[in-house]
Amino acid sequence: MDVIMALLIGLLYAAGIFMMFRRSLVKLIIGVILLGNGVNLLIFLLGRLVKGKPPIIAADAKVLVEGAYADPVPQALILTAIVISFGLQAFAIVLIKRAYKVVHTDDLDDINTREEEE
Amino acid sequence: MTGFLLLGPLLLRFATAIALMFAWRQIVWQRYISLVGEALAVTASAVLLWQVQTKGTLVMQAGNWAAPYGISFVVDSFSAMLLLVASMVGLGVSLFAAGSMLNNRLRFGFYPIYHFLLAGISGAFLAGDIFNLYVWFEVMIISSFVLLTLGGERSQIEGAVKYFTLNFLASIIFLTALAMLYGLTGTLNMADLSLRLAQVEQRSLVDICAFILFVAFGIKSAVFPLYFWLPASYHTPPVAVTAIFGGLLTKVGVYAIIRVFTLLFPWDAFIEQMLGAVAVLTILSGGLGALVQKHVVKSVSWLIICHIGFMLAAVATHNQQALAGALFYMVHDMVAKTGVFLATGIMYRLVASHLYSKMGGVMQKHPGWSVLLVIPLFSLVGIPPLSGFWPKLSMLIGMATAEKWWFFGAVLVGSFITLVVVMRLWIEVFWKPASQEEVVGFRYFKQYPTAKQGAMLLGMLVMVGCSLLIVYGAPQLQSWSLQAAEDLLSPQVYLEQVLKIGKEIEP
Repeated sequence: MDVIMALLIGLLYAAGIFMMFRRSLVKLIIGVILLGNGVNLLIFLLGRLVKGKPPIIAADAKVLVEGAYADPVPQALILTAIVISFGLQAFAIVLIKRAYKVVHTDDLDDINTREEEE
Repeated sequence: MTGFLLLGPLLLRFATAIALMFAWRQIVWQRYISLVGEALAVTASAVLLWQVQTKGTLVMQAGNWAAPYGISFVVDSFSAMLLLVASMVGLGVSLFAAGSMLNNRLRFGFYPIYHFLLAGISGAFLAGDIFNLYVWFEVMIISSFVLLTLGGERSQIEGAVKYFTLNFLASIIFLTALAMLYGLTGTLNMADLSLRLAQVEQRSLVDICAFILFVAFGIKSAVFPLYFWLPASYHTPPVAVTAIFGGLLTKVGVYAIIRVFTLLFPWDAFIEQMLGAVAVLTILSGGLGALVQKHVVKSVSWLIICHIGFMLAAVATHNQQALAGALFYMVHDMVAKTGVFLATGIMYRLVASHLYSKMGGVMQKHPGWSVLLVIPLFSLVGIPPLSGFWPKLSMLIGMATAEKWWFFGAVLVGSFITLVVVMRLWIEVFWKPASQEEVVGFRYFKQYPTAKQGAMLLGMLVMVGCSLLIVYGAPQLQSWSLQAAEDLLSPQVYLEQVLKIGKEIEP
């Protein structure tokens, strides 16, 4: 399970960075979204995967056994990170829509025009 | 009680922002609410600094959850100093914005977002938990995205695309490092991390974590190969926004670098070489960039990069004197950069251009402004007795004692380049005879209503006053910085304060 997760995370990072290197604004945003998902899964993986156990310690537990319960901290971290990246992605999508309306292009290379004029 | 005192600057910003949202359409009221809120924040930060100087490092555990389990907020004399300066800068810019900001931008919520940005900055200074630091960084950058794009002009949108992409990437890299740190140690509290990271056996993984964190903070603070978003975007928004970005945002990145590399990672040759090499290259590339610019705001933006290098070089020197210089320099730099950016805004309103070739004649036509603007401009260079000189002296003494001649030379070269850039600005803008007729339709400074002129002048005066206050309080600031540097280099006090209080609460 860990290996599959690691491969998946690597794939998401690679795909995200590849998409960010493309010249299209839309692909840039897709790359950002893929990277964001990759990093959330990475937190999940490095917080140790525990299958089928809730992040709750039984009331009568005397000793803490590893693997008897899931670690609640990574879940809380991912929840926070998902909310934040959701907000950022929403902003990004509005930004590229606006950029397309103002600059009339999807090509990142054409976004430097104003700077060269000066 | 400590909790309210400690979180005061942060809570006041949130309260102000929320109050401002209730006055969404009343832009006249918004100006007053913002000023009152920021003045209260200055008071709260001053009280906090006084408390920290008398009682030592203060800690608050959120919800009384003991240290490694809950979220800690810590304020030591380093962060207390920065909180106070950030509030004063916030007050100055808030005043200036009351005069310079277009009503249309105010109607779209400039002031609430501005106070959320300040809340994010103060949160970052207070965070004792590294994930919490990440959250405050996000509060800060989301607000900065909105401030950068507010108004939606073409150049703003173009700058925002680059700013957004690289800052979002930095957040993701930061999160990656956090995931690795949590995987290695199982904790996110910075004090606890400091103890546990020292025990990790796979040192190479710790070095990789250090490197990834450095890349994340490096993008935020605009160091050598990672700074391209800064000169591409900082000249696009209105001047008040540029001033607050240039004054505070990159310095929060430097704060994070100093905090993390003194507390979390044991100092080793790898970190020292990495910081040192990057610092020297940052100084040189930032300086050279500033030299070739023909646009006044762009050339000051490049100077930000150059001066970030000074602080990094002093951190890489790793002795008390140099680190104290770096902390003092941060205080000076926040005030001086904001002052200089506000000054560029005034110049723009006086001569109707940002390009050196079209500017000129300010000295002849506006001698009063020239006298006022000379202070922030030459503070930035560090001409004695103005504020930049004293921290640089401390840094240079520290570097010479440690025999880091590369850093010593780089700081001197960087200062010289700064002098050349500022002299050129002075000659082109102030001394040169005016090179163009009055532009018809341009809104000159004199065409603003008197109240707005007064607000801009007052904002500028606050920054100049802060700058002179630093000169006057230089011995005090230096002794605080020395104390803070000692605490940073041997973090026992920090660790005891954060973790010991946890034990007292435990049943």
